[in-house]
Parts: sequence; C-alpha cells; structure tokens
Amino acid sequence: MPFIPHTEEDIQAMLASIGAQSIDDLFDEIPPALKTGRLNRVPPGLSEMEISRLMLERAESDGRYFNFIGAGAYEHHIPAAVWQITTRGEFYSSYTPYQAEASQGTLQLLYEYQTMMASLTGMDVSNASMYDGASALAEAALMAVRSHKSSRRILMPATVHPIYRKVVQSIVRNQGIDVVELPYCKQSGQIFPDTLDEFGKDEFAALVIPQPNFFGVLEQVDALTDWAHARNALAVGVVNPVALALLTPPGEWGSNGADIAVGEGQPLGIPLSSGGPYFGFMACKQSLVRQMPGRIIGRTSDQSGNTGFVLTLQAREQHIRRSKATSNICTNQGLMVTAATIYMALVGPEGLRRIAGKCHENTLALLEMLETLKGVKRLFTGPLFHEAAISLPSPASDTLASLKARRILGGLNLQEYFPGFTNSILVCATETKTPADLEHYVGELSEILSPGS
Amino acid sequence: MLIFEHARPGRRNYSQSPAKPADTGSIPSSLVRKTPLLLPEVSEMDAVRHYTRLSQKNFSIDTQFYPLGSCTMKYNPRACNSLAMLPQFLARHPRAPESTGQGFLACMYELQEILKNVTGMAGVSLTPMAGAQGELIGIAMIKAYHESRGDTARTEIIVPDAAHGTNPATAVMCGYKVVEIATDKEGDVDMAALKAAVGPQTAGLMLTNPSTLGVFEKNVAEMSKIVHQAGGLLYYDGANLNAILGKVKPGDMGFDVIHINLHKTFSTPHGGGGPGSAPVGVAERLLPFMPVPVVAFESGQYRWLTETDLPKSIGRLSAHMGNAGVLLRAYVYVRLLGSEGMHRVAEFAALNANYLMAELSKAGFEIAYPTRRASHEFIVTLKSLKEKTGVTAMNVAKRLLDKGYHAPTTYFPLLVPECLLIEPAETESKETLDAFVTAMKEILDEAHSQPDLVKNAPHTMPVRRLDDVKAAKELDLVWTGS
Repeated sequence: MPFIPHTEEDIQAMLASIGAQSIDDLFDEIPPALKTGRLNRVPPGLSEMEISRLMLERAESDGRYFNFIGAGAYEHHIPAAVWQITTRGEFYSSYTPYQAEASQGTLQLLYEYQTMMASLTGMDVSNASMYDGASALAEAALMAVRSHKSSRRILMPATVHPIYRKVVQSIVRNQGIDVVELPYCKQSGQIFPDTLDEFGKDEFAALVIPQPNFFGVLEQVDALTDWAHARNALAVGVVNPVALALLTPPGEWGSNGADIAVGEGQPLGIPLSSGGPYFGFMACKQSLVRQMPGRIIGRTSDQSGNTGFVLTLQAREQHIRRSKATSNICTNQGLMVTAATIYMALVGPEGLRRIAGKCHENTLALLEMLETLKGVKRLFTGPLFHEAAISLPSPASDTLASLKARRILGGLNLQEYFPGFTNSILVCATETKTPADLEHYVGELSEILSPGS
Repeated sequence: MLIFEHARPGRRNYSQSPAKPADTGSIPSSLVRKTPLLLPEVSEMDAVRHYTRLSQKNFSIDTQFYPLGSCTMKYNPRACNSLAMLPQFLARHPRAPESTGQGFLACMYELQEILKNVTGMAGVSLTPMAGAQGELIGIAMIKAYHESRGDTARTEIIVPDAAHGTNPATAVMCGYKVVEIATDKEGDVDMAALKAAVGPQTAGLMLTNPSTLGVFEKNVAEMSKIVHQAGGLLYYDGANLNAILGKVKPGDMGFDVIHINLHKTFSTPHGGGGPGSAPVGVAERLLPFMPVPVVAFESGQYRWLTETDLPKSIGRLSAHMGNAGVLLRAYVYVRLLGSEGMHRVAEFAALNANYLMAELSKAGFEIAYPTRRASHEFIVTLKSLKEKTGVTAMNVAKRLLDKGYHAPTTYFPLLVPECLLIEPAETESKETLDAFVTAMKEILDEAHSQPDLVKNAPHTMPVRRLDDVKAAKELDLVWTGS
C-alpha cells in the first residue's frame, strides 16, 4: 500500500476503538446511490523504479535544445545551492506560516525577500509574492481601481506581453473594469506620451508601463509616469527583475516614481520548466500598502522582547474579511520565493549587475551578427535590454522549423500574437550563451536562409 | 540575524557571475540605475549556512506530524520531486514548440484523463495555479454559461456559512452578490434555508463536501436538485476531496464545475505557502468555457488547445500553462498510487480520522459533532475547557508546538466556538496518532493543574508568542539597516 503505514493488526485495533466492523462502515453516511467511485481509467500503480524509468524516457525523448526564446521566461544560470537548499524538507514540506512560532525560517526568509524586492524595484514595500507575472499585473489593475475610487479604466499599451493582457482580461472582466489598449510607434517599438492624449481625456485609474516591453525595447518610463500622474492616475510598472540591476527602478521613474511595480520573478533562480511554477512579485508605495493583495510579512517582537516575524495586515485577506477581502488570493508562491531569495543572496548586487550586463551584451552581439545576414534586420529602433524583434527574408514559421531540426529554438514567432508580422521573430541571448553559441546560431541560420552560399 | 547583517562591502561569489562587468553603454543614461542595489554581499558559504539554519526553524511534514484540518498535510514522496526535476523537464522553455515536449505533454494529458476519471467530470483544464484561482475561474465559467444563454438576471452565489473564506471572496471577484446560508445542528446545510435562498436570481451554489465541519453533506443529491431546478449551477470546492477519493465522484453528486487542490489530495508540496495547483473539472455543458490551454491528443501527437479551438473559453490565467512542475509531481504521485492506491487514500484518511476522534473523545475532549462519522477530519471544541480554566483553543495549539506537533487548524470554521479542526491524513501511522493523543491528554491535565504554562506557550520554539498587534500597528516590512 503506497505511503500507507498501517499493518493488519493496526487496522483491527483502530476499527475496534472506533466500534466499526470494517473500513467500509466509515462511509455509511454517504448515500449508497452516490458510491460509484470506480476508477476504471486509472492505470495500476507503479513502483518507484518503474515510474523513474518512464519519466526518464519521456524526459530524454524531449531532449535539450539551444534556446534563444525569451518572451517572458528567461534561461539563466542557477547556482547549485539554490535548489539544494530550497528542496530541504523543512522548506519543501512546510505549511503556510500561520503558526508563526513554528515557521520563523520561512517568515524571516520572506521578510528578507520583501527587503530585496523593495530595493530592486525602488519601492517602499513588497508583498510575499503572487502566482506569476501575468496574474500579478491583473492584481495590480484591481488594486489601482480600488485605490483610485472614481475610475474603472486601465490603459494598457500593446507593447505589454500579449498573454499578460489576456490574463488581465480573464481576471478583471467580471468586475466592470475597462482595459483600453494603447497603440505603439511602429518604428521605435515604444509608447510615446504625446500620442496618448486622446486616451487620457477621460479619467483612468492607471497606466501600465512595461520595462523592457514585450519587444525587448526600453520605454520612456519617466515621461510616461509623469503623464499618468498629471492626469491623476497611478503608474503601474511591469518590469524584468534582472534588468532592474541595470535600469532605473520603477520607484524612481519620473518626478514621483511609479506607484506599483509588478513582474515575473522567474529570472531570479527559477528553472524554465515548461512555464511554471514561477512567481509574481508586487511592490508599491507605502501609502498603498493596505490596498495590496497577498501575504505580507512584518517584523515584530515576542513576549520576551526578541525579534520575530509574523504574517501581518491579515485584515485585508479572505480568511478574515471573506467577501470584503482585497482579493480571493490565499497562497503565495512560497517555495519559488525561497529559491529567488537564496539566488539573490548568492549572486549579490555586483553579480546581478554583471549577469544583467552580460545578457545585454550577448543580445547586442547576436543582433550585430544577425544583421550581417541578407534580409535580416531589427524591427524597431528603440534601445534594448536583452531581447529584440527581427524580421527575416522568409516566413518565420519555416525558418524556425528548420532551426528546430538543427536543435536550435531560434526565437518566438511574432505572428502568433501580432498577425501583421509574418516574417518576424523575437530573439533573446542571456548570459548562458557563449560567443561560440552565438556563432553556431547565426551560422545555422545563414545556411537555412541562403543554402549553399 | 538577517542575511544583510552577515554582509561585508565588496564580498562576492566569483563563480556565480560573469568575470567582467559588461559594456552597457548603449542604454540611454536617463534609463540607467543610479541607486545602489541593497542585495546582501555574502559568500556562498555564508548564504548556505544562513538559509540552512533558517530552514531548521520551520516545522514541516518531513520533521513533524501536522494534523492541520482542511489542509491535507500528507507525506510528499521524494520521487515526485526528483522526477519532476529531471534536467530536460527543467530546461524546457514554455514557448518551445509542442513537438519538442511530447514526453512532457504525455504526462499532462494522462494527468487530465486520470483527474477526469477520479472526479467524474467531462473535461479538465490544468492551468489554475492555486485553489483560489481555480475557484475564480470556476465561478467565471458559471457566469459565462448563464450569459451565453442570455440568462443575465442571475446575480447571486449561495455559500454555506461553514465555507472557506476564499468562496465568498471569489464570488465577489466575479461580480456576484454572496448569500450565506446556515448550517443545522447536525452539521449539514440547513435545507429550509437553501430552499428559501434559491430563485431566478441564483447563479449557483458553492459547496465543499465533506464540509469544513468534517462531515459528509448527506443531502447533497437533494441540494443539487433544488439548485438545478432553480436554474443555478453547482460548484464543488475540492478542498476536502481526499476524504472521498475513489469513493464518490463530484460529478456523480451533481456538480457542474469543480477545482482540485493538487497540493492537498495529490500530495504536491505546500512549500511554506505555495506553489499550489488547482485543475478545474467541468460537466459537459461547461466544456466550451474551460480556461486554455488544455492538452489534446490527436493523430498520435499531443498539442495545446487554445482560444482558436475553444472560442468561448473564459481565457487564460497565467502567462504560460500554470504550474507545470507541480503538475508533473502530481502525475508521478497518481502513477505511484495507481487505481488501487487511490481507493485506499480515502479509506485510510477516514480510518485515521475516526480513530483519532474516538481516542480523543475517550481522553476527555468534546467532539463538536459526536453523532457523525468523521470524514477525513473532525472538530474538537474547547468551549467548556475555556470556561473552566481560561485555556483557549489558541493556547492548546501553541502548547502542542512545544510537544513537537504542528497545531491543528484553530478558530475555523468560525461557527464552532474554540475549535480545533483536526485532519491526520492517511500517511500517518497508529503510533504517531497515539503519541499525539498522549500529548493532548498531557495538555488537558496541564490546563487544569498549571493553566499559565499552557496560556504562555510556546516555550521551546525559536521565539515565544509574537506581538501581532505591534506588527500591524508599527509596520516593519522591509529592513532598512537597523
């Protein structure tokens, strides 16, 4: 009996104590007509050896590829210590830290995480994480509407990750919130404040500002933040946390700083893993802290005056406020944040800056090499962080398929999200790529584009 | 000591980042960060020691018994973790083509099929990332269903007063008004109250069964009839699915949409508060509304179904496909259990719960619903203990920590005074349960003989009782150097 320790003797003794004849008796309150629990489509159990073999075969059949796709999930080196410590049973198999005295490890770590994220984003406070970047943006939109009070409009640039925009719609749709899409400059790949005036005429609760945006381009965050503030709206930054080691943090955008910063935490030590589990982060100005959803850890003292950590501001949350809570959110992504905190401690401030710098340098080097190929050019002129949209001389789907046959994932086909871009891909080269990797990619692409030359 | 207090300016881990700073001159200077980054400057060994020591300040399933009601703290098999962390699975980019992930997708497809069979639902989508998100999307599907029929006058969701807080919070997030209905003396939903609450304004009912009171709602078939006749749909909160796994299927009880907490019933780790994962299951009529992506198997290939395949889908909930790595762990778990192992989950969860209830009752504890069978959990009420000794449920919970046991869930459900909601889970042995009963007896004696010892517990944890009021009043959420 997998994972069930009972001996026959135990079972009999326990039934005797209960006063039941059989285990079946324990289900005698369930109407017999409902007991149709046959599991005819669940296969028989496997031993650990058998399931290990099956999983290994499947993993090996999927294989490994040279990956140049980013699009919201980025390949970075993860120090060995990160997951060795994160998967210690005391982190891996512990519960939400409601019993604070028995959860000081997790609670202190989350307080350290909040401190690191506040510094990275330049904001006053951070929560203990959200599900992922996309759902964190949806929660930021709800938070902006709660704190604005008179408007339920959110201005959303088309340069925000297209799936984030879809997720925001799925989550806020039923609350009468209007998400208005803003056009971008087709030349630079950026949003320009002076083209937004028609959208700013009516009141709006928040302007979302991606940095870098989906195309990898850096937005003019200062002007955009001030534009939103001048219209009495909040500025919500959607940022890449690794990029923030190099770029002005949202808390310092414009004259007064963005009000809320969210993003995908995956680049901080979380494996790509087909899309999850990742974690979203959310930080904000002190004045908005009571509107922030999710768990928040506070430092306090115990009966003897020693320092300790607790979940705080729980009066916002569903288990206390029920239908009046700031959100229905119950969990954070505790284990992923454990990994991210250890990651940030291991790389430190200079390490993260160098990693971000290397990503930037590699992507520029890759672009320079790609642009030597005939018919390959950058789509946008705006400055970049570590990702770029390029156009190819032939349909992207064919080119990507040919690269895949050579075990290279050459980028994301932009047509999936922007139907006008038939020949365009989004490419990314992080710090994991060597000069030889870049040459390999460009060499293979060159052969595909001009065979035999 | 915080990690920041171990730091020294200039200390670095040379093997964890590029050897040289990069040329970042192409970034416009107005966009360049000028404020220093306050990450700790520590050595690798400092960090490893610090976080290993922090881990040792936690209770966990791997180190302690966790009789935490409604949370299903069962053993998390190690194989589930190591097989989900095979290098090829970890390295797979979420936007990589489906053809490069057929092995991974096979696991996802089979997990969908197994969950369909276990729950009796017509379709399953794996994408929701936590129970609350599963609920949100379940209720959103109910709303989309009514709207697709032009049935827009349905503005209310009915929720029993024993429900988890996420239920009413979710209904509000979907734009519904919440109507709470009472529980009767036996712990079942008050049928007269339900009949009075339903009508043409009813969009649906959210129900946990067995309920959070630890009893099976005997009238569930009747409830289903009442709600359906009024034109509403039934939502099943899968929080307590462990109690009926392989015994009763939510689909057979008449539910139209459900969520399944994989981090409870399917043994994926709680991780100190996430990541969860909460696939949703739907009946036939809600199939078109399922969140995307969903895995399909066509002409020998697995592929994702998207908005193009399911144009009425309520949409997406995450940037990719939900918590894939958690789903892999659940897949390994269901394959290890197999059909026969899955039937045993509910059987032994029920055996452990009913045994513990019987033993605690014999030890002098008052059971909240003594005439009922326990499901996989049950409630002890300490109301009379508090009246006699002043010792509260919270005090007993904290004293259990001293004795090496995680506390049961306290003060939930809200309708039973001074309650402890106790769920032993099927993976615990009789010896562990017996030792827990002994500890509870000792605390009962202490409550009478030295109540202050119990009231001031815990005494042996890394910290004593913490000041929650101070934490909320003098907010200290970020370390600023002192």
